[in-house]
Amino acid sequence: MLRIKNLHVSIEGREILKGLDLEVGPGEVHAIMGPNGTGKSTLANVIAGRDIYENVEGEILYQGKNLMDLSVDERANEGIFLGFQYPVEIPGVSMTNFLRTAINEQRRYRGLDPMPGGEFLRVMEEKKALVEIHSELANRSVNEGFSGGEKKRNEIFQMAMLEPRLAILDETDSGLDIDALKVVANGVNKLRGADKSFIVITHYQRLLDFIVPDFVHVLFNGRIVRTGTKELALELEEKGYEWLKAETT
Amino acid sequence: MDKMVLNGGLGQKMLQLFAEHRQQIGMLDSPRIHSLREDAIQRFEALGFPDQANEKWKSTSLAKPLMLEYMHFLEPFEEAVDLEKIFRCEVPDLDSYVVTQYNGWYHSRNAAISTLENGMIIGSLRAAMQAYPDLVDRHFGKYLDYQQDGLKALNTAFALDGLFIYVPKGVRVEKPVQIVNIINIKENIFVQPRNLIILEPGAELTLIHCDHSLKHKDSLINSVSEFYIGDGASLDHYKIQNKDSSSTLITTTHFHQEKESKLSSNILVLNGGVIRNNASVRLAGPYADADLSGIYLMDKEQHVDTHVYVDHAVPHCTSNELFKGILDDQASGAFYGHILVRKDAQQTLAYQNNRNLLLTDKARIHTKPHLEIYADDVKCSHGATVGQLDPMAMFYLQSRGIDPHNARMLLMYAFAAEVINKIKVPALRERIDEMVSKRLRGELSICDQCILDCSQRRPVIFDIDLSTL
Repeated sequence: MLRIKNLHVSIEGREILKGLDLEVGPGEVHAIMGPNGTGKSTLANVIAGRDIYENVEGEILYQGKNLMDLSVDERANEGIFLGFQYPVEIPGVSMTNFLRTAINEQRRYRGLDPMPGGEFLRVMEEKKALVEIHSELANRSVNEGFSGGEKKRNEIFQMAMLEPRLAILDETDSGLDIDALKVVANGVNKLRGADKSFIVITHYQRLLDFIVPDFVHVLFNGRIVRTGTKELALELEEKGYEWLKAETT
Repeated sequence: MDKMVLNGGLGQKMLQLFAEHRQQIGMLDSPRIHSLREDAIQRFEALGFPDQANEKWKSTSLAKPLMLEYMHFLEPFEEAVDLEKIFRCEVPDLDSYVVTQYNGWYHSRNAAISTLENGMIIGSLRAAMQAYPDLVDRHFGKYLDYQQDGLKALNTAFALDGLFIYVPKGVRVEKPVQIVNIINIKENIFVQPRNLIILEPGAELTLIHCDHSLKHKDSLINSVSEFYIGDGASLDHYKIQNKDSSSTLITTTHFHQEKESKLSSNILVLNGGVIRNNASVRLAGPYADADLSGIYLMDKEQHVDTHVYVDHAVPHCTSNELFKGILDDQASGAFYGHILVRKDAQQTLAYQNNRNLLLTDKARIHTKPHLEIYADDVKCSHGATVGQLDPMAMFYLQSRGIDPHNARMLLMYAFAAEVINKIKVPALRERIDEMVSKRLRGELSICDQCILDCSQRRPVIFDIDLSTL
């Protein structure tokens, strides 16, 4: 599904990712943990194609395609979804029209006709139920005036609508209370499948009680310094990152 | 046909023209209007055309258009034209009463002035001066202040024709009235239409004012519209400008509002060479309300300058301004918003907002709010922003598969929608909505208004349901 080899990325002259390797197979859920400022969000953004980075080197292969050759929207239409850590407010663009545009762009990319209005509304209702969104949310401007929890839930809702093959969730759990966390996790779990992969970036082991990962990676100082199973997350929860820092520096 | 060719030194030529044809120009004048004209031409002589040393004109230069030679007509344009053959309004389903001005003169296949069943009088100002001299005398030139503005003075001196509307007391005019100004001539032309619209107490009117040009010759338009909105009367006014790049359009719209009257004005600028719109309101009776909004979409070398002046003369009035602009390429613009709250105008609410999007490094906008407040119990605010499309919003939209072009469109469209949404006539709103999305896609040109519409209509990929915004 995704293979990253020796990825280097800088921003404002500072190297953030320093030779990162990561491989994600179909149907797998990978959790990426690590202290603040180690490059977790950078990794997510680079995979999605954000163009603010410098000296991007290395290889990112996604379903055999070199992602570096694709624009942000092309990557999305190839099935990559980024759940934002800080979802962006877009006044004046309603959720309905935003999603309809996105879905029809995706369909156009895949050589399909636009989704008929009735079908769109039906799918929207179905996915809204999945993440327990109340109807008012969908008719408001994108993220405008949404609470923190609503914004995160909205990310999962969009993911459900767009049905990506590879979803990267960047700290989707931060700022959520336990009930909201369960709703989000539940949404993700319902979308899991043999051909769908997830990269879940989180600070807290807590989320991984609900979204059980196949692999846990620790990202530190621009590299993945340790890979394990969900037990690694428990160990990190218990010991913190200091012992890893000591080990790797 | 008495036509004059005006060479360089346009101001001097106009003075000469007035001196030589004083009799003819003032043929239909009442004594008051006669004196007004004489005073106005003297003011023009003193002021001349504004140049950039004039604080109110520092963002807009008329130097180039004033260098050209123009035809200026002192009598109605007598070319036999079938307007329906050359122009078709592109607003389908808009059931309106359409009148036209052709090269600055009121043009009608029927009578020059007529009274409709509901009592509304509509026709040419020239005909009104003959048929309803008292009515014209009671209002003409009473509200517009030309003392500090050479162009307004010149228009007043040369006011010969334009649209005249009189809505009697309590009459609610159901159908919108649409006036289409068409410039269609092989030579350069200087026109100065003068419109007078009178709403007696309790009257209601929707007026859609469209400025178009068909032939790509240089034209200089200096138009003035005076509105009298009586007690409790209500006016819904739209100005739609889609001009070619070789036109210089200067419009002055003055609204005089009496007690408890309501004004909603929307200025929609889609294309133009050089455009200067002056909108001024005098809130002369308590509890009057003025809502002024506008959008300007400019690209290439286009220039738009919007001056809004709201005079709160009495207590308990409200005014609200929302003007938005999107400037692309090397386009330039200015917004100057002046709110005056006089000493006695307590309990005034006055808001002003000007927001601009610049799409390139070369696009420019000067925005200047000016609040002048002499009363102490008022609520006034102003805001002005100039910015680019939010790069995070662009990334967010693209990360959902929306290509950069459409993402830009979506953001620009959302920006404009706030103003478009204020249009109360549904058929007009839909059409403007479509024109704006086409305009933002770079597909709307002046050709769009022509019956030979040869522009390619590509399907709009995104669609926005304004009702959900």
